[in-house]
Amino acid sequence: MNSSATTTTKSSQQGLFAFLLSQLKPRGKLLTPFNIISVPVMIAGVIILYIRFTQGLGATTNLSQTNPWGIWIGFDVVTGVAFAGGAYIVTFAVYVMKMEKFHPIVRATVLNGFLAYMFYAGALVFDLGRPWHVINPIIGNSFGYNSVLFLVAWHFMLYMLAELIEFSPVVMEWLGLKRARRIANGLTLAAVIFGVSLSSLHQSGLGALFLMAKPKIHPLWYSEFLPVFFVVSSIFSGISMVIIESSISHRVFKMQLGPGSHEKLDDIIIGLARGAAMAMFVYYFFKALIFIHDGQWALMHDGWGMWYLLEVLGFVLVPMVMYAYGARHRSVGIIKFAAGMTLIGILLNRLNVSIIAFNWNSADTYVPHWMEIVVTLTVVFAEIWLFRWIVCRMPVMREPGKIGSPNREREMRSLN
Amino acid sequence: MDRRDFLKWTGVVGASAISSEARAGGKIDPDGPEFYGVLVDTTRCIGCRSCEVACGTENSMRIPDVKNDGALEKFRETDEKQWTVVNKFDTSKGDVYVKRQCMHCWQPACASACLTNAMKKTEIGPVTWNGDKCMGCRFCMLSCPFEMPKYEYDSWNPKVQKCSMCYQRTSVGGTPACVESCPTDAIIFGHKRELMEIARVRIYNHPDDYVHKVYGEYEAGGTGWLYLSAVPFEELGFRTDLGTTPYPEFTKDFLYSVPLVLLGVPALLSGLNLMANGAEDEDESEVYGE
Ligand code: SF4
Ligand code: SF4
Repeated sequence: MNSSATTTTKSSQQGLFAFLLSQLKPRGKLLTPFNIISVPVMIAGVIILYIRFTQGLGATTNLSQTNPWGIWIGFDVVTGVAFAGGAYIVTFAVYVMKMEKFHPIVRATVLNGFLAYMFYAGALVFDLGRPWHVINPIIGNSFGYNSVLFLVAWHFMLYMLAELIEFSPVVMEWLGLKRARRIANGLTLAAVIFGVSLSSLHQSGLGALFLMAKPKIHPLWYSEFLPVFFVVSSIFSGISMVIIESSISHRVFKMQLGPGSHEKLDDIIIGLARGAAMAMFVYYFFKALIFIHDGQWALMHDGWGMWYLLEVLGFVLVPMVMYAYGARHRSVGIIKFAAGMTLIGILLNRLNVSIIAFNWNSADTYVPHWMEIVVTLTVVFAEIWLFRWIVCRMPVMREPGKIGSPNREREMRSLN
Repeated sequence: MDRRDFLKWTGVVGASAISSEARAGGKIDPDGPEFYGVLVDTTRCIGCRSCEVACGTENSMRIPDVKNDGALEKFRETDEKQWTVVNKFDTSKGDVYVKRQCMHCWQPACASACLTNAMKKTEIGPVTWNGDKCMGCRFCMLSCPFEMPKYEYDSWNPKVQKCSMCYQRTSVGGTPACVESCPTDAIIFGHKRELMEIARVRIYNHPDDYVHKVYGEYEAGGTGWLYLSAVPFEELGFRTDLGTTPYPEFTKDFLYSVPLVLLGVPALLSGLNLMANGAEDEDESEVYGE
C-alpha cells in the first residue's frame, strides 16, 4: 500500500520531467518569414552586446556627454513600458470591475505585459555602465530614496512580481499542479490591486524622470505635469497595444481557439475602443488646458510647433475621433487603424520627450547608431519568441482547460 | 483575506516611501558644518590655466600641455579626462577667461537623481562620486542643469567624472588644488557666507568694474561655486535661464504623492471591487473561469 503510493508519486514526477523536456522541443515550422528575419538579427544583437560589455557603451552607441540617454532608454524602457500598459488596464477591468466580457484576453494580455517588462525594462541592464552594481539599490546598502529612478526601478520589480502571480495559474495548469493553482488563484485579486497601484506609479514615474531635465527639453514637451500625461497616455497606449496584439494573436494562433471566438473578440475590441477614446479625451482636454494656460501659442511659429501639432492633432485627436466613430458604428477595421495610429502617437511622444526634443537647443544631436537599433530589435524579437513559445504550450489562448480534462490526460499519458 | 493581505503589503511599501519623504530634496541640516564653496573673480583671471594643470596632477587626470596646445582658441567643455577647463570669451570689455567645473550645487540635482547615493552632497559641501555604488545609469547627467557629470563611454567599467572640490584635501582642512595654484588669487576657497561677503564688498567698492550680480548665489537654488564678472553672464557662456528653484524640488510633488497613491488606490480599488461584486460573496475558485 505504502510502497505503491510512493511509486505513483515517483512515476508522476518522472512524467512531469519528461513532460517539461518534451515541451522544450520546437513546434510548428521552423522556416517561417518571422524566423528567417529574427534569427540573424538576434545573433547580430548578441555579438554587439558582447562588444558593448567588453569595450564600453561608446563602441556600440552614439551616446555623448550631452545626450546620456539614447533609444535603449527612450524606446526600450520609456516607450516599451507605455505599450505594456494594457495588462494593468485589462486586469483592472476583469478582476476589479468584474467585466467578464474581457476575460478571454486577460491571460494573453498579462503574459504580454509580463514579458514586455521582463525584456524592455530588463534591457536597461545593457545601458548600465556598471550593471553589477544594480543590486545596490535593491539590497539596501545604498537606497537613493529621493531618486525618481529608485522608485521606478523598485516598482518595476514589484510589478513584475505581481504579474507573475497573476499569470501563475496558467503555469500551474500547464504543469498540472492542481493545489498550487488554487492557491495562485486566491492571490490573483490582491496581485491585481497591487499591480494597478504600482503601474499608475511607475507609468507616471517614467515621466517624472524628466522633470529635472527642465532646461534641456523643449517647452512644448516639458511640463510639470509630465507624470500625469504619462500615466493617462499609458491607458490608451496599453489599450491600443492590446487591440493590435490580440488581433494578431487571433490570426496566428487560430487553431487554439474555439468556435465563436471571432465574434467575441470583435465585441471586446469595441469595448476597448470606447475606453481608449475616453482616456484620450481626458488627455486631450488636459493638454489643451495647459496649452492655453502656458500660452503655448507663442511657440507655434517654427518647426517644433508643427512637429508638436502633428503629434497631438495627427496622432491623438484623429485616432480619438476614429475610436469613437468605430465604437459607435461597430467598425472593427477603423478601430484597428486607430489603434495603430495611437501607438505611433505614443512612440512620437515618448521619443520627443526623451530624445528628439531633448537637447533641442544644443548643437549636439543624437541619432541612434545602427548597432543600438539592432540590439533594440533583438529585444523585441526575443520577447516575441518567448511569447510564442509559451502560447504554444500553456493554456493562454485556449479556452481555460480544466485540469484533468481528457485532452490533458492524454497528453500526459502519451509521454509515459 | 485578499484585502487584508494587500493592505499589509502596501503598508510595507508605503512606509518605506513615507520615510523617503523626510529625505526627499536633500534637506540641509542647520546644525551641520557650513558648506564650503569657491569664489571665481573672472576680472582677475589671466587665463594661465595653472588650475587645469594642478587639477590634473592632483586627481591623476589628463595634464594639459598649456604652453603648446593652443586650447584657448576654441571653446571647450570639461570632459571625462579633465574636470576643469578655462575658456576665453571675446566680450564687450575685451577678452575674459572663465574657469568651469562642477558647481557643487547647494541642493544638487545629480545627487537627488542618483538611485544608489553614489553622487552625494558631503557634509562639508563638495559633491562627490563613489564608484563602489554607481551603477552607471547616467541619470545624474540627464538631471544636472550644468551638464557637469561626464562619462567614460570607452570603458567597460566606466566612471562618472566631475570635479570633487578636492574632497581628499578639503575634508581634512586643505584647499582645492586649483585654488592653491592660482597665481592671481582669481579663485578663493571658503564658506559660502564669507565668499558672498567678499563678493559684495568687491562690487560695492568697484561698482563700475562688475555687473551687480553674483552668479551662483541663487542659480538652480544656489551653488557652491560663485562667479564675479565685468560683463553680463550670458556673454561668458553661462545659462541664465535655469531659475532659482533647487532642482530636486521639481520631483518633490511626485515623490510626495507616492505613499498617498500606494495607500489610497488599493483602498479605492477594493471598494470598486466590492461594488462590482454586488451582494454576492467572492468565490475563490471562480477566478479563472473554472
Ligand atoms: S553642477 Fe551638476 S554635477 Fe555639480 S553638483 Fe550641481 S547638479 Fe551635481
Ligand atoms: S550614473 Fe552613477 S552616480 Fe550617476 S545617477 Fe547613476 S548611479 Fe548615480
